[in-house]
Amino acid sequence: MDTLTTTKPLATYVVRHADDNLVLGQRLSEYISWAPELEEDLAIANLALDHIGVAHHLYDYAAEVEDDGRDADGFAFLRDERQFTNVQLVERPNTDFAHIMARQFFVDAYQVPLWDALARSADERLAGIAAKAAKEARYHLRHSRMWVLRLGDGTEESHRRMQAAIDELWRFTGELFEADDLTDELAAAGIGVDPATLEAPWRRTVLATLAEATLDEPHETVMRTGGRRGLHTEALGHLLAEMQFLQRAYPGLEW
Amino acid sequence: MDGPERFEAAIAADEKIEPGDWMPEGYRQTLIRQIAQHAHSEVIGMQPEGNWITRAPTLKRKAILIAKVQDEAGHGLYLYSAAETLGVSRDELVRLLHEGKQKYSSIFNYPTLTWADIGAIGWLVDGAAITNQVALTRTSYGPYARAMVRICKEESFHQRQGYEIMLALCRGTPEQKAMAQDALDRYWWPALMMFGPHDSESVHSEQSMKWKIKRVSNDELRQQFVDATVPQAEYLGLTIPDPDLKWNPERGHYDFGEIDWDEFWRVVKGDGPMNRERMAHKLAAWENGAWVREAAVAYANKRAARSA
Repeated sequence: MDTLTTTKPLATYVVRHADDNLVLGQRLSEYISWAPELEEDLAIANLALDHIGVAHHLYDYAAEVEDDGRDADGFAFLRDERQFTNVQLVERPNTDFAHIMARQFFVDAYQVPLWDALARSADERLAGIAAKAAKEARYHLRHSRMWVLRLGDGTEESHRRMQAAIDELWRFTGELFEADDLTDELAAAGIGVDPATLEAPWRRTVLATLAEATLDEPHETVMRTGGRRGLHTEALGHLLAEMQFLQRAYPGLEW
Repeated sequence: MDGPERFEAAIAADEKIEPGDWMPEGYRQTLIRQIAQHAHSEVIGMQPEGNWITRAPTLKRKAILIAKVQDEAGHGLYLYSAAETLGVSRDELVRLLHEGKQKYSSIFNYPTLTWADIGAIGWLVDGAAITNQVALTRTSYGPYARAMVRICKEESFHQRQGYEIMLALCRGTPEQKAMAQDALDRYWWPALMMFGPHDSESVHSEQSMKWKIKRVSNDELRQQFVDATVPQAEYLGLTIPDPDLKWNPERGHYDFGEIDWDEFWRVVKGDGPMNRERMAHKLAAWENGAWVREAAVAYANKRAARSA
């Protein structure tokens, strides 16, 4: 099965990051009107908007690079799960508020150094998108880190739930730092970043926060992998089926 | 002048009443009830539109819809703050909603069945809300009037985006146009019901008009809305589902048919298509969030104890 996103390495690289942001934005948007407080509904909507906005910019750019008549919506709504190249972490379900914030915190702690590095990309368009995303990621991290602290060091129940979420999602974090031929090629060209270089700053943020939140670092050592090659958990197909419903049911229309 | 005299003089002079001013208890209670109902409506209104966020057909439409639902949460927050200036807490108001002792707008007790319903809600429901809220920018209570000014700016953007969804559907395929017509058929009468009972039947209206909380009557607002909306439907090429609707050149207004008041009261009293589901969703979100709110309080207390 052809799981290549596009025939051009730069477009494929850009789409990976777009997919991470779209799938996470979609997950967050499911939760709007379900948050514990009205202020948090606002914050969740804001996160969803930021991630979907970044995805939109990246897909637009990938479409330009690909130059094949496909537009941003074509990337978002007309690919199947085997063509989606997001990391599995972002597709994990909204099990409870602790899982939502643990997932967000792991992503934010990764995206801050990612966007900082890509803001220095030799590719100006990518650098521009990354520079804007880096500012947003800092706000996101401040917010999710605060919730890891509040829940970790809150009540007995919130501590138990936050620890469970951290333990559950830990095995999906290894994939964030996996290099492959594509990242090697783009990192060598000064366009992309070697994902392995993001692991140390991520661990610093995560371990310091877990310690402050009185949470334990998980013992899990076997990491899940496959997202960048279109191998996902079963959760993604349902997310896409829902998201793509109108474009699939009424192909080719303007909305 | 004593308090009551100052109040009467301010109302007569069209001046605003501010939180520290003396006001009759009935005036305070009427405002609390009305502002709370308005705040609850913004919050419950997130549900029918939220129902299509995950299925919005394009990235642009998805982002606009999320931003709109986010604005509604924001409106809920400033309206609760406006109510708090009258000496009632947001927690208390939320409790009254949860116990069914305060209401929200009945319009949100109708389901959003197709994407066109999102267009119809923006166009008709936000259109009706703006008609009402523009009049309320001149309401006598200062914090409420100022909240309305801010909210109206955002609502007019919402209405435009709703109309744009309808326009895209009406310029699309016959199937899309049928979707738009179906949404108009289902949402037209509920939108007219948003203005409330006839003036002759409206229990709170007369006193509210005297206090200048309400500046324009239910029937006048409903007429303004019909007059503004009929040409918009014509431009879309859609048919308003009212055989009695016609221009009356003598009155300079559209005549329109009678609302089904049995349906109106049925939905107000809790037996609309979605009343139970809306409250069940709201209560489930609140109950599921209890441990999070408790944790936030416990954490804040620990921090305060440590720094003490």
